[in-house]
Amino acid sequence: MTALGRAIAAEFAKTFTTRMWWLLLLILVGYAGLGAAGIAFALTVAPQTPGAGGPQLGGLELAPIVYSMATASGFVFPLILGAMSVTSEVRHRTLSTTFLATPHRWMVLVGKLVVAAVLGAAYGVAGSAATVGPGAAVLNAVGEDTQLGDGATWALVARMVLAMAIWGVVGVGIGVLIPSQVGSIVAILAFTQFVEPIARTAAAFVDALSGVARFLPGAASDALVGASFYSTLAGGSDALEWWQGGLVLAGYAVVFLVIGATTFWRRDVT
Amino acid sequence: MTSGETIVFEGVTKNFGAVRAVSDLSFTVQPGRVTGFLGPNGAGKSTSLRVLLGLVTATAGRATIGGVRYATLPDPMRRVGAALEAAFHPGRNARAHLTAAAIAGGLPRARVGTVLELVGMDAYADRRVGGYSMGMRQRLALATALLGDPGVLVLDEPINGLDPEGIRWTRGFLRALAAEGRTVLLSSHLLSEVQQTVDDVVVLADGRLRYDGPLTGLGAGQATVVDAPDRAALAAALTVAGLTPRAVPEGLSVDADPAEVGRIALAAGVALRELRGGGGLEEEFLALVGHDAATGEGAAR
Repeated sequence: MTALGRAIAAEFAKTFTTRMWWLLLLILVGYAGLGAAGIAFALTVAPQTPGAGGPQLGGLELAPIVYSMATASGFVFPLILGAMSVTSEVRHRTLSTTFLATPHRWMVLVGKLVVAAVLGAAYGVAGSAATVGPGAAVLNAVGEDTQLGDGATWALVARMVLAMAIWGVVGVGIGVLIPSQVGSIVAILAFTQFVEPIARTAAAFVDALSGVARFLPGAASDALVGASFYSTLAGGSDALEWWQGGLVLAGYAVVFLVIGATTFWRRDVT
Repeated sequence: MTSGETIVFEGVTKNFGAVRAVSDLSFTVQPGRVTGFLGPNGAGKSTSLRVLLGLVTATAGRATIGGVRYATLPDPMRRVGAALEAAFHPGRNARAHLTAAAIAGGLPRARVGTVLELVGMDAYADRRVGGYSMGMRQRLALATALLGDPGVLVLDEPINGLDPEGIRWTRGFLRALAAEGRTVLLSSHLLSEVQQTVDDVVVLADGRLRYDGPLTGLGAGQATVVDAPDRAALAAALTVAGLTPRAVPEGLSVDADPAEVGRIALAAGVALRELRGGGGLEEEFLALVGHDAATGEGAAR
């Protein structure tokens, strides 16, 4: 095996010999699955209760919103996994051992990127199964179209898998940008759960902001997937094209990685 | 096993911002011998070893192994085994840690079991490192260094935190590795800790080289430590004989052969409690490393 192949294989071995990867996977599946079933229920049963009135949400809209909970709320899991592949080495002071075995540090970084992308994609598959299964069951039970026979639904799933892979890569970027484990996790949670949701909600009401808000990472991810409960709430009328969303999200990864790789990753390990 | 190779430091200087950690350091470490890299905490030992291993970039100078910088070795783990701070992911067990290192180093997986046995860790191999004692971590770090069966071993404070049995075991183990022709460089802040293990010593203080040579050359005065129940009478007898006894914790230290000191005591009718040679080592070492603290030169950095 080449030195690069060895570095990639070692990163896989390191990932699979601690508990983090399956803990995050488990929480993702539970969180996204419950979210999908809950939203499917809320959007179908709740509006039909007497007195609620209002127009019915068309079946064409409903299924993608339910299924895309895998990314709309699950993107943070590959993001954390990717970031922790770097920050846990800093926290436990294992970078010395890693760089002693692989003195060409860029190979270690490539190994972490490959692991984050592959596991991110796997999270995408598992998350999709967790939303499409319970989501379709609820839709079916209330007599809505599950759209499981529609090719567009499976194209959506494929884009979710791609989005989750890119989120894993963005995570590695965050890790080299903010090597402190606590710092990076706080930054991730603060930005994704607080700053961006508020910014996107504000953008729904202020026209001047909407042009900028669609370039936020979460908005770009929703655009890539093509559906999101939160985008629908915020009125995602001027969202990017799916491929543009993918490029914007990947752009964040590139910027973080370039900055981190030329600063922290090159620094003395003391 | 690859053959032992020579480690060469050539004018290595390292600044961390305005602080000079290592200053124009040059010395050579020979194969087939155990070399102690000594100095008080903060002397620059770890920084120097990290420069040697490519983890820290030198401000000036270079450190090589067999004439080559570590970072340019194609299969570094087969040539050089290093154990730096005995740090591991607490959630990973020893076997998994070694397996990942073996994969990264391109080493056969069978080596994992071999080194676990070598360091006497096979019984704990499947327990998470988080529950390990310092001694077990040190053994695991040593096992990692031995994975590639390297001809050169670089160990930072390998005896630190070990119990007496662990110290004894490590001593014997390192001596055996050097006897096989390997180059063994280990750092310590205590001479007494490695005195029975090392052949050569490199002494560092305030980032500067203080001594480089065989251990026997360190106590150059060949001091003898001697003590008697009547210490004053002994001191008087030695002074009369033309020697200059110095008070040390164990009694008196004089620059003379033990046989000579014994003859003087016998002639003066002073009964001895203790008489041994080679007692000047620790004193000499402390004089070497304490020099800067005494003159305040360190403050000028």
